[in-house]
Amino acid sequence: MDEFSRLSLHVPEPAVRPGDEPDFSNVRIPKAGTVPRPEIDVDPETIRDLAFSIIRVLNREGEAVGPWSGLLSDDELLTGLRHMMMLRAFDARMLMAQRQGKTSFYMQHLGEEAVSCAFRKALRKGDMNFPTYRQAGLLIADDYPMVEMMNQIFSNESDPCHGRQLPVMYTSKEHGFFTISGNLATQFVQAVGWAMASAIKSDTRIAAGWIGDGSTAESDFHSALVFASTYKAPVILNIVNNQWAISTFQGIARGGSGTFAARGLGFGIPALRVDGNDYLAVYAVARWAAERARRNLGPTLIEYVTYRVGAHSTSDDPSAYRPKTESEAWPLGDPVLRLKKHLIVRGVWSEERHAQAEAEIMDVIIQAQKEAERHGTLHAGGRPSVRDIFEGVYSVMPPHIRRQRQKAGY
Amino acid sequence: MIEAVRSAMDVSMARDEDVVVFGEDVGYFGGVFRCTQGLQAKYGRTRCFDTPISESGIVGTAIGMAAYGLKPCVEIQFADYMYPAYDQLTQEAARIRYRSNGDFTCPIVVRMPTGGGIFGGQTHSQSPEALFTHVCGLKVIVPSNPYDAKGLLISAIEDPDPVIFLEPKRLYNGPFDGHHERPVIPWSKHELGDVPEGHYTIPIGKAEIRRNGSAVTVLAYGTMVHVALAAAEETGTDAEVIDIRSLLPLDLETIVASVTKTGRCVVVHEATLTSGFGAELVALVQEHCFYHLEAPVVRVTGWDTPYPHAQEWDYFPGPARVGRALTEAMEA
Repeated sequence: MDEFSRLSLHVPEPAVRPGDEPDFSNVRIPKAGTVPRPEIDVDPETIRDLAFSIIRVLNREGEAVGPWSGLLSDDELLTGLRHMMMLRAFDARMLMAQRQGKTSFYMQHLGEEAVSCAFRKALRKGDMNFPTYRQAGLLIADDYPMVEMMNQIFSNESDPCHGRQLPVMYTSKEHGFFTISGNLATQFVQAVGWAMASAIKSDTRIAAGWIGDGSTAESDFHSALVFASTYKAPVILNIVNNQWAISTFQGIARGGSGTFAARGLGFGIPALRVDGNDYLAVYAVARWAAERARRNLGPTLIEYVTYRVGAHSTSDDPSAYRPKTESEAWPLGDPVLRLKKHLIVRGVWSEERHAQAEAEIMDVIIQAQKEAERHGTLHAGGRPSVRDIFEGVYSVMPPHIRRQRQKAGY
Repeated sequence: MIEAVRSAMDVSMARDEDVVVFGEDVGYFGGVFRCTQGLQAKYGRTRCFDTPISESGIVGTAIGMAAYGLKPCVEIQFADYMYPAYDQLTQEAARIRYRSNGDFTCPIVVRMPTGGGIFGGQTHSQSPEALFTHVCGLKVIVPSNPYDAKGLLISAIEDPDPVIFLEPKRLYNGPFDGHHERPVIPWSKHELGDVPEGHYTIPIGKAEIRRNGSAVTVLAYGTMVHVALAAAEETGTDAEVIDIRSLLPLDLETIVASVTKTGRCVVVHEATLTSGFGAELVALVQEHCFYHLEAPVVRVTGWDTPYPHAQEWDYFPGPARVGRALTEAMEA
C-alpha cells in the first residue's frame, strides 16, 4: 500500500451560519492603547508584528489611551462625529428612496462610517483617493454637496455624470475623489500610478488606494503592491476588511494568511492593522501613513478591521448566509456610539445634544433630498437626455457615433 | 520602423515633459525590439524605466498617471501578452471620460508589437486588433510603414483619449510582402522609409490609398498592405489598395468612395476570420455600397486556429492567397 492516502480539497467555511450563535472568538482584539507607535522612518522589517495586531485608541470606558491618541482636538472630534452621523442618516434616507423606486440601487456604509470619514481628515487638499463604492465618507467629510450625490443617485436632469454611471459611483477631482469604477481592485493599482506620477513630477501630493477584503484576491491587488514596493510610491493602500464579500466570508479571500495586512510583508511594505470602528485610531494610523508618504518614505498598507452591518447592496439579503444577530455580537462595537461616548466622557457632548444633532442632520438631508428631487428621480421628473448616451465616449465625437446618435433620433 | 517609433517617442518626450515611457525591458536595455533604446539615457530613469512583469500593473499605473496629468506611452512586449491588462484597458481606460463626464480623462498610449512572420508561434504572433475595435472609448491604430508609424504615434501621444498602437513586428526591419523565401529588403530602399527628423503628425482616422486602381478595392492594414500590393502586381490586377491605418475611428468615406468606384472588394488581415475586424469592414461595405457591388466581398485572413509554429507560412495570408482572392473577386 502507498504511504500517501488520497487527496482531499480544503474549502474554508465560516464558524457560523444562519440559525447559529454568532461567534467572533477567533478575532483577537488587543486592549486599547497597547500597540506601540513606531517612528515614521521605521524599518518595515522591525514592525512586522503590527500586521497581526489591532491598533486601538478608544477603550471600553470611552477614553482615548496609548501612543496613538491625542492627535485630534475636541472640535475636530465633534466634526468627525457629525460627519459619521451625516453619512449614516444620508444612507438611511437613500435606502428608503431606493425602496420607493427613486433609484435603482444603493450601497450603505452602516458600521463602517469611521473608516472613510476619519481617513479623509488625514489627507490634504490636492491628494487623490481611488475609492470603492463604500467610501462616501471621503466626500461627506470634505463637504462635497449632498445634493450632487443625490442627483447622481436619482439619475436626474442634474446628475453630474449625466445618467451614464451607476448611483453611488461618484466622481470629484476637486474633492480628491477619482471616478469610482465599480469593477473591483482595478483602481488599487491606478492609485499607485497616480502616486508615482506625483513623485515623477517632484510634487508634494499623495494618493490613497481602496479595496475590500474580498477583492484583495484579484491580481490587480498584487500588481499594486509590487509597483508600490518597487518604486516606493507615495501611496496609502487601504484594505477595508468588513468581514463579508457579498455572501462570502473573508476566509475565502484570506486563505492561509493570518491577516490581510500580512500580504504587505512580502513586499517590504509597512503593514498595520487598525480598529476600523475607532475614529481616533483610523485617523492616527492614516496620518502616520500619510506622513510616511509625504516624507518620500514610500507606501503603507493598512487593514481596517470593521464589520458590514448592512447588506452588501440593496440587491443583497445577508440573512441568507449569516446569523441575523451577528452585527450585534461584533466585538469592536459601533463607530458612532463609540465616538459619542468618548465625547461625553470628555465632557463636550451629551445625550441631549446628540439627539438634537441627529434631528438637525436629518433635517438638512431631507432639505437636500427635496432640492434634488425637484430635478427628478429615476422614473419621474427631469432626466438626462438620450443625447447624453453618445457624448463623452471620446473628446471629439467620431463620425460613426454621430451617425448612431442621429439614428437614435438625436 | 524601429527608429521611426523611437523617434516619435524621443520627439514627444523632448517637447512635453509629461510624456513618460515604461514597460518590460524598456528602460536600460531599450526594449526587446529596441524601440526605446537611448531614451532612458537621454531623459532619465524617472521618464523611461523598466517595470515588473505585470501588464495589468503597467496599464493600471499608466491610467493613474494619466489621471494625474501625465501622458504615459507604455509598451506591452508582445500584443499576445496584453490579456492581463485587458480589464484595465476595456473597463477602465476606455470608460473613464464617459463615466465621469470628463471629470477625469485617460490620455495613454499602449504600444504593442503585433502579427506574425517571425516564427513566434502562438504566443508571439497574435493580431488582437478586433478585441480593441469592439471596445468603445479606445482608438486603434496599425501603421504599415515608418513614415506613418512616427506621425501616427506622435498623434496618439498627443491625443486626449486612450490609443492602442499595434506595431506589425514583421515590418520593423523592412516592407515585408509575404515572400519569406526572399532576402529582407530594408526600409532604406523604400520611399516611406524616409522619416523626417523632428515633429510631424498624421491625423488619426484617415486611411491612405497606397495603389490606385479601378477594378477591385483591397482593404488592408499593417503587414497585409505590402502583401496586397505584391499580390496586385503579381496577378496584374488593377487593384486599389487602401491602407486603413486607423481602425477606430475608421475612414469610412475613403473606403466607400473606392468600393463605389470599383464595385469589388477584398478584405485582408492576419487575424483569425470569425468576428475579425474584416467582418466589420465587410458589413460596412455591404451597408454603404450594396448597389454598387458586382461580386461578393472576399475575405483573406489567418485560419480560425491558434497561430502555429512550424506551419507559419501556411497560416500567414501570403501573396499567393491574396492573389487568388483578387482573381476570385474579379471573376465572380
